[in-house]
Amino acid sequence: MSSLRLLAVSWYLQFKMILRSPFDGIGNVLYPLFFATTALFVFRAGHSPRTLIYASLGAAVMGMWSAVSTSAGSAMQRERWWGTLELLVAAPRHFSLVMLPATLGLATVGVYNLTATLLWGRFVFGIPLTITHPLLFALSIIGTALSFGGLGLLFAVSFVRFRAAWVLGNFFEYPVWLICGFLVPLALLPGWVRPISWVLAPTWGMNAIRESALGGTPLPDLLLCLALGLGYVGAAVLVTDRVLYDARGRGTLSLT
Amino acid sequence: MIVAARIFVVGGLTSFRALFYWLTPWIYVPTMLIAPIFQILLFAYIGRSAGLESDEFYLIGNALQYAAIPCLFAMAQMVGGERYQNTLSAILVSPAPRIPLFFGRSLPVVINGAFVAAFSLLVGALVLGVHLPASSLAPLLLIVLIAAFSCTGLGLVNAAASLRIRENAVLSNVIFGFLLIFTGANVPLDSLPDWMGTVAQGLPFTHAIKAAREVAAGASLGDVRGLLGAELLVGAIYGVAGYALLRWFEVLGRRYATLERS
Repeated sequence: MSSLRLLAVSWYLQFKMILRSPFDGIGNVLYPLFFATTALFVFRAGHSPRTLIYASLGAAVMGMWSAVSTSAGSAMQRERWWGTLELLVAAPRHFSLVMLPATLGLATVGVYNLTATLLWGRFVFGIPLTITHPLLFALSIIGTALSFGGLGLLFAVSFVRFRAAWVLGNFFEYPVWLICGFLVPLALLPGWVRPISWVLAPTWGMNAIRESALGGTPLPDLLLCLALGLGYVGAAVLVTDRVLYDARGRGTLSLT
Repeated sequence: MIVAARIFVVGGLTSFRALFYWLTPWIYVPTMLIAPIFQILLFAYIGRSAGLESDEFYLIGNALQYAAIPCLFAMAQMVGGERYQNTLSAILVSPAPRIPLFFGRSLPVVINGAFVAAFSLLVGALVLGVHLPASSLAPLLLIVLIAAFSCTGLGLVNAAASLRIRENAVLSNVIFGFLLIFTGANVPLDSLPDWMGTVAQGLPFTHAIKAAREVAAGASLGDVRGLLGAELLVGAIYGVAGYALLRWFEVLGRRYATLERS
């Protein structure tokens, strides 16, 4: 119970901090919107049977991913800059339980990105927002956000030994946009890319959101997305233990 | 004259080398050399998915437009980096003539921007299997250089804004986003609303991208001289406007003691 309270309070604190950060709260919301707009123009001018609502949903999840990928990679780096990393590591709670709210906070901004992009598509491009399964749609968004938070946590703890961790977070923005089927069907990509897409929760989150909006069976995709998200959290806990053990042994936590 | 030339060359190079104090290969390679390839691939595949235009269209558009990242960010860093290292006041209090001071810092940025765009164009062509005729490579290199010059002009405006705005990274990203939409890098200009097509005529890259596509399709440099002239003119106008803004904001910064506001 106290772990849940820690998660909730830390998430709220992190979310408030993100909202007051010009880069995370404004830049990370605006930036993917430019890509979404470009993609919607391309689809509107194109001759594809894929509808604008297909593109709009994909562009919306792109924004959601951007919010997490760009800043999650440097989540621990920020604590290091603020001088709070050592304090958090020394706290009696498992460190991953302290970091997870930071990436969940970013994923929450991602939900805002998703909503903003859908509304942008509705009011600027006139794309109708008809959701076939509203409840499943909402669940798919929440499930996808949670799994993004899990993947963000894995990024955060994996990149802690890199001084340029923020670059690695940025680096994963385009590839995930490309190979997780947000705007490009997986069938169009080379065959060797698909197994990589399958182990990425955004692929299944995108499927679940699209299936619930356009009509289909989103539950299997949603469950896969959540299962992968849990897997990322489990992997992140193991990586955290290893990285912190190593950093303590070598005295390299601060990287100074 | 010699002093001005020294400030232009040595000052510019020193400032640019200082940029690499933090822009190490760990940052340079992913952001400048790999990310543009993924941007090219992303839009080439979106184009395939949407059934709009060829791979060559997206390759050229995005390779050139990505020069905006080095040009805009490095120019903003010209002010932001000096402020961060507490050297901005020392530079602006010096009697150094401002034209070589500011434009000297722009020249290495132009060269780096052109290198990033040229690298993206060549590697993107290899990855996507787009054939660029050998005869078009030298003209394309010149076009890339002109595009980088033009965007560095806009970067100078961005640098000036950095004297008044703390969040120059956010501003640079926003300008990059506008260039992505408006310049025809991914959306043919005739598919954009008329007003956007009109705005595009006054932005860096619009004319260079069009010229590059025509050259890749077999046109000669002479055939696209009008487009290149327009691109140079756009860059020069932004450069002059950026210089004027830098001087104005410098005066304001002194008057209100806000140079070090960070």
